[in-house]
Amino acid sequence: MDLASAKVIGAGLAAIGIGMAAIGVGNVFGSFLDGALRNPGAADGQQGRLFIGFAAAELLGLIAFVVAILILFVVK
Amino acid sequence: MAAEGSGIDPMHQFLVEPVMGHRLVMQGYDISFTNSALFMVITAALLWLFMLGGMQRKLVPGRWQAAVEGMTGFVQDMMKTNVGPEGKKFVPYIFSLFMFLLFANLVGLFPLAVVPGLHPFAVTSHISLTAILAFFSFGMVLVVGFWRHGLHFFSLFVPHGTPWYIAIIVTPIELMSFLVRPFSLGLRLFVAMTAGHILLDVFASFVVQGLNAGPGIGWVVSFFSFLMIVGVSALELLVAAIQAYVFALLTSLYLNDAVNLH
Repeated sequence: MDLASAKVIGAGLAAIGIGMAAIGVGNVFGSFLDGALRNPGAADGQQGRLFIGFAAAELLGLIAFVVAILILFVVK
Repeated sequence: MAAEGSGIDPMHQFLVEPVMGHRLVMQGYDISFTNSALFMVITAALLWLFMLGGMQRKLVPGRWQAAVEGMTGFVQDMMKTNVGPEGKKFVPYIFSLFMFLLFANLVGLFPLAVVPGLHPFAVTSHISLTAILAFFSFGMVLVVGFWRHGLHFFSLFVPHGTPWYIAIIVTPIELMSFLVRPFSLGLRLFVAMTAGHILLDVFASFVVQGLNAGPGIGWVVSFFSFLMIVGVSALELLVAAIQAYVFALLTSLYLNDAVNLH
């Protein structure tokens, strides 16, 4: 296999990680709503933690995106 | 730089180039006024106008003053819940950070390209800007931490009540996660904005290429790509606000570590 094909395949594989992060982000917001609808009074106080969890889950997906971009544009 | 044969170059929009067309080089350094600098100035000017219109100190606030007070109140509440009463000292820094990032993100999304010859530039889609802001925050955490606690600040890396045999493992991990903070903070904002702008550019290219392909399947592709752009633009507005909020929120949490040491 030549390098150009391998790069495109590698970038595609790296993109799987972005989908996994999508599951994680969905899980964060889904679990938050799950709890918030059971106890709406406590929901507002937990919004900071919601976004911390969102940020942590999202960062890992963004790193997968960076890896894909690095493979596509930086690897010679 | 684009992939061969596709004709789409989504990276071109991130090119930093001089506004006047020619470079200004002094002592071997390129000091030309770039589009990046121009959009930072525009962002700062918009922010200045926004604050100027709002700081009227009326007893019954008008719409504009209510908007500005809403933003300051939002940041103040965030600092109060995350840092406690001592967080009030850091409100000016967090507020400037949050508002600058919010305005920069939104200005980068502004559809300037409908005017021929102009195109918007998202300054936050460059790690050179986001990393500097992240290192400001990190440096402030270090200064505040060592100023208030001296060498006792290092107890941050040993969680309270850890047995010594676990502390041997946990301390290096805590140290690493502390040192990685400025990088993750800068990287998150930069990559989120870059990814969104690439996505918009790719779908916009689909619209143009579909129209050029003539009637038939090309126009169908064009139509659905256009619908996609509307959806992605709405999502990007949300992301612009969330990323600015997350940057400010994480900075306030790190400051909380420095002020209160767990």
